Amino acid sequence: MSFAADRVFRSLSDPTRRALFERLSRGGELTVSALTASAGVSQPAVSKHLGVLKRAGLVNDRRDGRETHYRARPEGLAPLTGWIVHYGAFWRDRLDRLESLLQGMDR
Amino acid sequence: MMTDQGTRSLVIERELPFPADRVWRALTDPVLLAEWLMANDFVAQVGHRFNFRAAPQPHWNGVTDCEVLALEPGRRIAYRWDPTGADAASGLRTVVTWTLTPTPRGVMLRFEQSGFRPQDERSVAGARYGWDRFLGGLERVAAGLDD
Repeated sequence: MSFAADRVFRSLSDPTRRALFERLSRGGELTVSALTASAGVSQPAVSKHLGVLKRAGLVNDRRDGRETHYRARPEGLAPLTGWIVHYGAFWRDRLDRLESLLQGMDR
Repeated sequence: MMTDQGTRSLVIERELPFPADRVWRALTDPVLLAEWLMANDFVAQVGHRFNFRAAPQPHWNGVTDCEVLALEPGRRIAYRWDPTGADAASGLRTVVTWTLTPTPRGVMLRFEQSGFRPQDERSVAGARYGWDRFLGGLERVAAGLDD
């Protein structure tokens, strides 16, 4: 798996970050305080999560006075959309099934 | 993994605590293959053409065209793995190779799917699958990144 895909995967594997990204994908541009109101974690925690999403290329930020506005970058998901990533997820799932089957097979 | 043809491979290796012959059976018995992979008309014979078939999904007809390319009983099997239908339009053609190497604990199973071109890594293909569908299994997939 490519480095970029790895980073996108890791940043979205956290449920709080995934919720933030999904919220931004639906809600256009939002401030940190607006995101905090619905995130269920503290504002510093939200800012930290947004920083991870930004480094993964999944969000953009814009300073406006005291507020920072965030916006989703759907194109940041591009590393996840190639065939290699698709098949990587597919085969790992099938190999899990193979292992379960082998476990239950008689000699 | 890069090759000299400029194509890339997906490689997954797992050491399995099972006898090699049991793993080989699961890889080459059509009934067992159907249980963990997909319905098929596989025959372990070089040159045999067959399909893997899954239930069609909105952006996937579920049919893969295959042909046995190499066979070393108990050790290695390779077959063509070519998408059909709309997916074939991307020109994606790959080869799947399974290799078994006995280890003290059981067997090392090596999976390789080769033939991905640079354009397959970031193609429009994946976009059709919708990123939200990926997210369902994401935690599990991410947990396996260090495999």
